[in-house]
Amino acid sequence: MSKVLVIAEHNGTALNQSTAKCVACAKQIEGAEVDVAVFAASASSIAAEAAEISGVDRVLVLEREENDPAIAAVLAPQIAALASGYSHVFGPSTAFGKDVMPRVAALLGVNQISDIMRVEGTYRFRRPIYAGNAILTVEAPAEATVVATVRTASYQAADGGNTAAIENVSADAELPTHTRFVGVQTGQSDRPDLQTAAKVVSGGRALGSADNFGLIYKLADKLGAAIGSSRAAVDAGYVPPETQVGQTGQIIAPDLYIAIGISGAIQHITGIKDAGTIVAINKDEEAPIFEVSDIGLVGDLFNIVPELTDALN
Amino acid sequence: MEKILVGLKRVVDYNVRVQVKRDGSGVETDGVKMSINPFDEIALEEALRIRERGEASEVIVVSIGSAESQQQLRTGLAMGADRAILVETDTSTDPLTAARIFKTIIDRENAELVILGKQAIDDDNSQTGQMLAAIWGRPQATFASEVSFDGNTARVTREVDIGLETIEIDLPAVITVDLRLNEPRYVKLPDIMKAKKKPLDQLSFAELGVEPAPGIKELAFEPPEARQRGIMVEDVAGLVAALKDKGLV
Ligand SMILES: Cc1cc2nc3c(=O)[nH]c(=O)nc-3n(C[C@H](O)[C@H](O)[C@H](O)COP(=O)(O)OP(=O)(O)OC[C@H]3O[C@@H](n4cnc5c(N)ncnc54)[C@H](O)[C@@H]3O)c2cc1C
Ligand SMILES: Nc1ncnc2c1ncn2[C@@H]1O[C@H](COP(=O)(O)O)[C@@H](O)[C@H]1O
Repeated sequence: MSKVLVIAEHNGTALNQSTAKCVACAKQIEGAEVDVAVFAASASSIAAEAAEISGVDRVLVLEREENDPAIAAVLAPQIAALASGYSHVFGPSTAFGKDVMPRVAALLGVNQISDIMRVEGTYRFRRPIYAGNAILTVEAPAEATVVATVRTASYQAADGGNTAAIENVSADAELPTHTRFVGVQTGQSDRPDLQTAAKVVSGGRALGSADNFGLIYKLADKLGAAIGSSRAAVDAGYVPPETQVGQTGQIIAPDLYIAIGISGAIQHITGIKDAGTIVAINKDEEAPIFEVSDIGLVGDLFNIVPELTDALN
Repeated sequence: MEKILVGLKRVVDYNVRVQVKRDGSGVETDGVKMSINPFDEIALEEALRIRERGEASEVIVVSIGSAESQQQLRTGLAMGADRAILVETDTSTDPLTAARIFKTIIDRENAELVILGKQAIDDDNSQTGQMLAAIWGRPQATFASEVSFDGNTARVTREVDIGLETIEIDLPAVITVDLRLNEPRYVKLPDIMKAKKKPLDQLSFAELGVEPAPGIKELAFEPPEARQRGIMVEDVAGLVAALKDKGLV
């Protein structure tokens, strides 16, 4: 029988929604038993949240000072030690999961399956390659542990309402001191989070300046939407990097995505393919973004966006 | 530090719209433009800047792939790398095997820093650097957007989902680079001529004593489900109506 260990992602106090998405993916493996592991310094609130995720059998808690903040080189040997007894180890395909999971895979002597978008069988999965231009079906060897990351945009978070058992466990691993956390700088905002927001308003190079991005913020605030951007907008310094959507930014699946002054390069599109409705506003009717949008409007964003913001009163 | 290794993977150019072959056996690469993986160009640029600041003495570019990968290595030499190593193989290499190859080259060269791309844009695996750091038992600083050195430690700013994280790592170490770390230099014609004279060594898996890792089987390639092109609206009123229609506003 399959036993899946899901590595929880959290910020030290609260669970990230990516964990419930990994559980949803793990549950697609026939007959799988799913445990969630919480590595933290102080885990009680996080573990309580994890125990509520439907489909979780047990929550394993590994409390250690060194686990906060999370450092891949510190977590990986503990995860690898905990992995024995499991057929699969899953983490989210977020910056956290992408950092730590391949390190776990190498310690276990296996390749990782990156970005699972669909489970086809116990060892068989589908994943995107070439920025989503091709979908590859892969099969991992049945005799080894399957280490994988789950493409969070492909899954709905598993429901709550569960009361899984919470157990303290320990992992026999020597922890390195060669990597030290210094700090984190985050674009403090009370706007909705890009990963989980139902609506996202995204601006591109066409905005022309950080000041002009104010138009995007106003529309987003009206809609209760998160802010997104293209790489060109980030590179030009209009918005911080964590807003970038696409192959090398965030992969998201909101109900509504509004792309404003974004041409629709393949690397950008790959980040929004799973959105419910894509709206594009662009002055060039030939812009590739229109090929994938549900609603398109050709025109100058500097006229359209203020008008739209007003119209939404 | 003495030597920096940089990985240069030969991949389909990022401007190409990749097509899946009719029989589902792979993607079309015949007659398609090939280039250095864009992240690897950034990795090389960073290594060159570190050497130019006098913080390293030699930059060695490494590619694991077909004989044609020499083209990408020559470009790397023209950019300014001192030497190149081609580890020749006709089959595509999985990340764990690539990591094992890099580890043997680290040992041969006594390299103290390895800079790789955060991901290769063909398989989008994003694994090799992390795996190399694991089997080397050394630090990893992934998705770097800023790197500086102070003696035997490096300070690296990383692009993570909530913003920018800074960590400090002891050398030797592996760094994988993100797009905003730097802008790679252009290659000038005289540099291309000079690069022809720079050493390019060829090694085989057997010479390095590396066995390919247990692979993940690639069963079938398919094109993605296409999104349908939707409607065009005339004006803001039309847009608002269409959004209302879908219950989105
Ligand atoms: C390895 C790699 C990874 C990448 N990863 C990403 C990624 O993750 N995310 C990403 O976004 N990009 C990524 N890119 C970059 C990508 O290829 C494009 O360069 C980028 O998405 C372009 O951004 P843009 O659409 O804002 O700018 P542009 O392509 O310059 O488009 C601007 C658009 O605005 C329109 N416009 C101009 N003025 C107005 C106006 N007044 N009103 C309305 N419309 C107007 C123009 O018609 C045009 O369509 C990556 C590239 C590489 C090589
Ligand atoms: N065959 C290869 N040759 C050279 N470098 C490679 C190779 N495979 C991976 N790399 C390096 O590892 C990085 C990450 O690759 P990947 O893990 O495949 O996404 C790349 O950007 C390269 O720097």
